[in-house]
Amino acid sequence: MSNTYLPFKSRIIKIIPHTAIDYTFLMEYKGDVKPGQFFEVSIPKFGEAPISVSEIGEGYVGLTIRRVGLVTNTIHELQEGGVLFLRGPYGNGFDIDLFKSKEVIVAAGGTGLAPVKGVVDYFADNVHEVAVFSLIAGFKSPKDILYKADFEKWQRTINVIVTVDGSDDETYTGNTGLITNYIQDISIENQSMANVIVVGPPVMIRFSVAEFLKRGIREENIWVSYERKMCCGVGKCGHCKIDDTYICLEGPVFNYVKAKNFID
Amino acid sequence: MAYKVTGIRFNQYLKELEKEYLIFAPVALLGKGAFTNTDSVRYQKITKLEEVELTIKTNFSVKEILLPITETLFYFNEDNWTEPKVHDKKILLFLRSCDIHGIKRLDDIYLRNGCEDPYYKVFREKVRFCLIECYESFANCFCASMGTNITDEYDMFIRPDGDYVYVGINNKEMSRLDERVVDLSPRFVMENKTKVSIPKELSKGLAQSVFWEEYSSRCIGCGRCSFVCPTCSCFSMQDIFYKENKNMGERRRVWSSCMVDGFTDMAGGHSFRKKQGDRMRFRVMHKFHDYKKRFGYHMCVGCGRCDDACPEYISIAHCANRLKSIVEEK
Repeated sequence: MSNTYLPFKSRIIKIIPHTAIDYTFLMEYKGDVKPGQFFEVSIPKFGEAPISVSEIGEGYVGLTIRRVGLVTNTIHELQEGGVLFLRGPYGNGFDIDLFKSKEVIVAAGGTGLAPVKGVVDYFADNVHEVAVFSLIAGFKSPKDILYKADFEKWQRTINVIVTVDGSDDETYTGNTGLITNYIQDISIENQSMANVIVVGPPVMIRFSVAEFLKRGIREENIWVSYERKMCCGVGKCGHCKIDDTYICLEGPVFNYVKAKNFID
Repeated sequence: MAYKVTGIRFNQYLKELEKEYLIFAPVALLGKGAFTNTDSVRYQKITKLEEVELTIKTNFSVKEILLPITETLFYFNEDNWTEPKVHDKKILLFLRSCDIHGIKRLDDIYLRNGCEDPYYKVFREKVRFCLIECYESFANCFCASMGTNITDEYDMFIRPDGDYVYVGINNKEMSRLDERVVDLSPRFVMENKTKVSIPKELSKGLAQSVFWEEYSSRCIGCGRCSFVCPTCSCFSMQDIFYKENKNMGERRRVWSSCMVDGFTDMAGGHSFRKKQGDRMRFRVMHKFHDYKKRFGYHMCVGCGRCDDACPEYISIAHCANRLKSIVEEK
C-alpha cells in the first residue's frame, strides 16, 4: 500500500519574488493537478504547510508562499535548483469546464488570488472559451500587490480591476478602496446566469458574497474557496473540519449553497 | 459457549497466546493518579491475569494503543526517509463494549474517511478483542443511551469467577483450550444511572445560541476531555531533529484537540473559535450531530471519561440533556 504521508522531492525551477514576503516557487511536477487544489509542502526538521497551486504549466506547478512562520521562512531561504518536499495534490479544486461560455467574475483578496489564479490564467489565455471574464483583486497596500507581471498580461484579454485598501505611497496612482465597493459598480450582463468566485480572508468572503447577492447573483452560481489549518490533507487530522464537512476532502472549493451553512 | 479453566491454566493460556500476540489490558499504576494516593488505570502490556485491573474504568481509553500519543511517521536524514519498522506480532486488547464501539469510530476516520491511513491500517489488521464484561455501570457512564453497551464484535471474552476463569472464544484463532465447556454468553450493562437523550434535530440556530457562552467562563481549554476520549482522533504534525545530529530527525503525529489553543491557527494569524464556549459547541456538535450526518451514528460512545477527567466538572452528558430541553422548549 502506498503511504500517503511520504513526500516526494521536487526541484525549484524558478523563484519569482512579488513582494518582500511573497514569492512564487515554480516546482517540478508531472501529474494531474487542478487550480484550487493544494500540496502539503515541507522541509524535514521544520514541518509541513498546505499551499495552494497558483500556476499550472507543462512539467511544473507554481506555489505562492508567504513568509509567515517557521516552515515558510525556511522555504524562503532556498535558492533555485534547491529541493522542496511535496505530497498531494489534495482537495477538489476548481472545475474549469463549469465556467466555460459563461459570464465569470472573480473577486480575490490578497493571497486569496493564488488558489484561483489558475482559473484566471486559463481564461485569460483562452478568452474565447468564456462569455465575459472579470477579475477584481484587492490588496492591503501597493507594496502587497502580487503577480504584477500577470496583471499586465491579463489586462490584454480580460477585465481587471486592482485595488488597495489604502496607500501611503504617493507614487501609487491605481484604485483604492475595498473590493466590495468595486463589486457594487462592476457591470454584470446577466445577473441570473453570471458565475462568481470569491476567495480571500473570511471577512472578505462574507462581505463580498453579500454584495454579489445584493447585485442579484444567484447563490448556486457563487463559488468560494476556504483556507483552514490542515495537518494531513487526507481527512484524518481533523483540523479543517466544519460541521460534517472536511475542507481537505470535499473542498477547499465549495458552492455557496453548501458553504453558507458552515459554522466554524 | 465458554471454557471453564483455573486461574493458573488461564495464565498458561496467556503465555501460549504471547507467542503470537502482544497483550494489552487495563493495569492500575499505583500512585500515578491525578491526586495524591490515587492510581491511574491505563493500558499496559500484561503477561498474567493478576496484573489486570478489571473492576475500574480505565482513565485513558484503549485509543492510546492504536493511536499512540506520539507516532513516528518516518525518519529522515538530509534527503532520504525511512518508515519505522513494524513488528509482526498480533495485538490482543482487553476492553469493554464501549471501547470496541470507540474503535469502530476510529476505523471510520482512519480507514473510511478519504484514503486509508497506512499506519493505522497495518496496526488495526493485527488487533483482536478480548471483551471485558461490565457487571454494573461505572460513574458517569451512559453507554445504554448511546447504544454502545452491547457488542458482538469480539474475538473472545473472559469472566473471572473465584479461582476459575470462564473464557468464551468467538474466533478459532484464539482456541488453545480443551477444558470443560459451559453454556455462557457475555453479560452487558443494560441501564446506567446517567441517562442522555440526544435531540434529533440540532439546528443551526442552536449552534449560535448563547447557551454555549457559559462554557467560555468554565472551560479552561486543557483538552483532557479529548485526550481521554476513545473517539477523539485529531492530530498535529511535528518535525523534530536530534540534538546529537541536526541533519537527522523524524516526522511525527501527536494528539491534538479542538479544545486547546492553536488548533485552528493559520499562517498570517487567522484562527477560528477563539472562545472556549465555541470550542465546546464544536466538540459537542461533533459528538452528537455532525458525525452522525457523515457516518450514520453518533460519535460519542457514552464512556463518560471526559466527565471523569474534567477539572472544571463540565459534563458532556449534562450538556446534551440541556440541549434536548432547549430544543423541546422551542
